[in-house]
Amino acid sequence: MDDTIPACPDAGPEKVFFDTLESGAFRIQRCQDCGRHVFYPRALCNHCGSRALDWVDASGRGTVYSTTVVRRKAEAGGDLNIALIDLEEGVRLMSRVEGIAPDAVRIGMRVQAGIAAENGRPLLVFTQSGAAT
Amino acid sequence: MSPAGLRGSVAIVGVGQAGLGEAHGRTEMEILAEAAHAAVADAGLRMRDIDGLATASVGATMWALPVSEYLGLQPKFVDSTMLGGSSFVSHMMPAALALDAGLCDAVLVCYGSTQRTSTFGRKEIAKVRPMLDPQPYEYPYQPAMPVSAYALAAARHMHQYGTTREQLAEVAVAARQWARLNPEAFMRDPLAIADVLAARMVADPLSVRDCCLVTDGAGAYVMVRADRARNLKRKPVYLLGNATATWHRQISAMPDLTVTAAKESGERAYAMAGMTAADIDVVALYDAFTINTILFLEDLGFCKKGEGGAFVSDGAIAPGGRLAVNTNGGGLSCIHPGMYGIFITIEAVRQLRGECGARQVAGASTALVHGNGGTLSSQATSILGTDAAL
Repeated sequence: MDDTIPACPDAGPEKVFFDTLESGAFRIQRCQDCGRHVFYPRALCNHCGSRALDWVDASGRGTVYSTTVVRRKAEAGGDLNIALIDLEEGVRLMSRVEGIAPDAVRIGMRVQAGIAAENGRPLLVFTQSGAAT
Repeated sequence: MSPAGLRGSVAIVGVGQAGLGEAHGRTEMEILAEAAHAAVADAGLRMRDIDGLATASVGATMWALPVSEYLGLQPKFVDSTMLGGSSFVSHMMPAALALDAGLCDAVLVCYGSTQRTSTFGRKEIAKVRPMLDPQPYEYPYQPAMPVSAYALAAARHMHQYGTTREQLAEVAVAARQWARLNPEAFMRDPLAIADVLAARMVADPLSVRDCCLVTDGAGAYVMVRADRARNLKRKPVYLLGNATATWHRQISAMPDLTVTAAKESGERAYAMAGMTAADIDVVALYDAFTINTILFLEDLGFCKKGEGGAFVSDGAIAPGGRLAVNTNGGGLSCIHPGMYGIFITIEAVRQLRGECGARQVAGASTALVHGNGGTLSSQATSILGTDAAL
């Protein structure tokens, strides 16, 4: 059972996640024992404690659970959206919604994941795919 | 086995504060020591009587060691559990257990911070924290922590329950009205709802007036067993119930942003005390942001979930309102040196002793103290009472 993680013997779940993101794919974990998805990536299932976690492609489809704007001066980078996104798989993550004004993001808005690059690192971000429901 | 057996077994017998607001030219250890000395003297004890210590620091990881060294203590019981601002409410339970078990006879709980005037302060700590306390699934998005987390909770509460910015502002205005009755409070100018709404936006929907102060300050309290408390010089304030609950660290891992672990800590503390919200005379909640007060009033049973906004409206928690909440002026208007949990405890003790002057709640015999830490992450509830509540 324990050999399902790590998929690569030289990398723990955190490195696997970011390396995968770097390669252009968004994958999350799913527990073989309880069937639930796990995010952020862990060495054991936070729902049932199992070590039997598989990597699966994430749908990238999500809904904005909550949203705020970090109000910053222009010289500090300007206003920045911070959103909590609920993925279809039932996990929540922090990200931001791009392509619209930071304060135009609405709770309930349908969003789709994409991979951006920031500070030389891959960064999971979202764009609007549908109106708030 | 039940924690109810500990009900009333220990009491807070001394409190002290120092360096409130701005502690120019003094270190956090110096003002902590001043507060500790004041609390021990208030109890009618000497520093050599202290054989238990509970303390925590925002920056130092082995903080109980330099505090023991500085104060000249060789404690038989040490607790430096760091749960953020709730720590000093949370510390009451292990202290009570240690006292009850006879591990020690007098526990000093203390904290100090000079984050406002220090040359090494909160900006520097914020810079190193991503390295010392990595959160690689949040930090890359550059949230302004902790305010972004509380803003996310406020936005969700508004969406789900129709809570308004005006209702959030009611919390800030009530706190200010109490602060105006407290000579020790840092901000005592008049504040109106319109002022809160028009203030600079920090993290939508929270303006700077929805956010706690950044001040210096130190606080301390002393706990002993109840039998000894009755022979000391101050009116004992008994520990009737206490519980801590933690459900997450990062805001993205909080199951429901409208329900905090205060629901669980409150239920356990009430069960130990044999009380409900209806039995509480004075409430001291950790109001790091205006949404906190609304969430905690709901989660601690003072009103139903979702009705906190309506509950605080029309000055209901201000002086003369239906419930006395944060009578010192709170973290919003009295004091907030990084971690505030010790100050809500001190205010509750002072209310139960009847020492609060113009802001005194007449005849108060029970108080609920609720500490919060991290990003709504740790919740600690304490129920205190006079001998009338035993």
